[in-house]
Amino acid sequence: MIWPGAMIRQLLSSLTKKPATVNYPADKSGMPKGFRGKLKFDASKCIGCKMCMKDCPTGAIVIRQVGEKKFEADLDLGKCIYCGQCVDSCLKKALGLTSEFELAQLDPKKLKITLTDGPSIAGNKESSGE
Amino acid sequence: MHNTGDVKVPIGPQHPALKEPESFLLTLRGEKITAASVKIGYNHRGIEKACEGRTYIQDLYLIERICGICSHSHSTAFAQAVEEIAGIEIPARAKYIRTIVAELERVHSHLLWLGVAGHEIGFDTLLMYTWRDREVVMDILAQLTGNRVNYGMNTIGGVRRDIKAEQIPQVLKGVDTLEERTKYYIKIAGEEPTLINRLSKVGMLSYEDAIRMGAVGPTARASGVQRDVRKDDPYAAYADIDFKVITHNTCDVYGRTIVRVLELMESFQIIRQLLAKLPEGPISVRAPRKIPVGEAVSRYEAPRGEDLHYVRANGTDKPDRVKVRAPTLANVQAVALMLEDRYLADMPIVVAAIDPCFSCTDRLVSINYVDHNSKNTFEWEKIHRDSIEWYKKRGIDFAKLNKTF
Repeated sequence: MIWPGAMIRQLLSSLTKKPATVNYPADKSGMPKGFRGKLKFDASKCIGCKMCMKDCPTGAIVIRQVGEKKFEADLDLGKCIYCGQCVDSCLKKALGLTSEFELAQLDPKKLKITLTDGPSIAGNKESSGE
Repeated sequence: MHNTGDVKVPIGPQHPALKEPESFLLTLRGEKITAASVKIGYNHRGIEKACEGRTYIQDLYLIERICGICSHSHSTAFAQAVEEIAGIEIPARAKYIRTIVAELERVHSHLLWLGVAGHEIGFDTLLMYTWRDREVVMDILAQLTGNRVNYGMNTIGGVRRDIKAEQIPQVLKGVDTLEERTKYYIKIAGEEPTLINRLSKVGMLSYEDAIRMGAVGPTARASGVQRDVRKDDPYAAYADIDFKVITHNTCDVYGRTIVRVLELMESFQIIRQLLAKLPEGPISVRAPRKIPVGEAVSRYEAPRGEDLHYVRANGTDKPDRVKVRAPTLANVQAVALMLEDRYLADMPIVVAAIDPCFSCTDRLVSINYVDHNSKNTFEWEKIHRDSIEWYKKRGIDFAKLNKTF
């Protein structure tokens, strides 16, 4: 006769161990290097070829010309699927990925952001998380 | 109280025991199921049609989202088909990286299944522990690909990310931890009567029936069928790798559990072999945006079984036709057979044992009218009314519940 409870040793030993889960809002160490998070845009490198727009599977990114050889990127965070294809498609490496992932918003309008110059992200300071 | 005979019980399309909408109509005599029928088509998302309106690059990400669990399977199968049409030979390193991610995906999928199976039979301890351990492989995948699900690893002509030398020891460490844990689960599966008694002789599918119903993956292998695309028709790097096809001869859910846990052990040693042999070189070749005229069928052994993609190209940058046959479609008809002569209480675990993914399966809604064979466009309300009639003919009256229509 075999008795149930083959995992009982495991269960008892777990009693003295720390929880397996991460204390998330306090501990934000979860995301590894190379995580595909929110996009960053370096306007000085953009030549307006719009390859990112052509390859984006969801049409989340729109490149707009705002002056002579000056471009801005409109990004819809609700549409973006964070595949990073635009970063691969970008011929001048003007687009890049950050490890930012806390992008939820209560107001859908706030999901539409404009990426302007600089390596850090302007436009959506509330969700920047830092 | 008197028993007058058969009772028809519809399980689904919406039912707490099902994670996705699908319809099972069971005929019961007492607690026994005397007949079962499966009706699919409640989760049609129109992905194939949507593929025709997008470029090959965009399609990769759409195809990847057919399934959240075997996402790499679908995108690899699609990329393989497109590469075959375009006559692209991908670099050896890309093949190896694809295979490594594929096997890591198998590990995560099988561990997930083990937990779900535990949950379906009320053994939630197993669910908690397997899913805790699954985090190890999820972290490896996130590290290698940049995300926990929908890895986005494939591109037409290779892979998008390289595996760096410093990542290999971390992967191997994770694989060692998981192997140790899997050995423990194999021991549990052999010792724990909660599992053995609950799963043995449940959902029987004989060798002959498995072949007749065209079962694939662990469902077929647990019935003793030696069927594995990785061996039968090696793709990616599987031709260079030494591994066994795990089969079992009990033909029941217990056999499917054993096949899956033993396959985990095979996956670990495949990953080790691949990482040891990982060739140097580029990870992708340049692929044309316009794919020449042609068609190709690509087969892939997803964690749930054979995944089949058909792509027809017309010389533009968008495919002419994409067809996906997910493994669940091959297995779902066998479920009706497995349910017969079993108890109603076995239904959730028998369905869960094929590791169903209904939204991956559903491709179209086909409505056949008995009165006339011509297919017209139907108003939504008419379809709704007809579905009520369909059930009424089978002894279920929804009329009282549906007052608005």
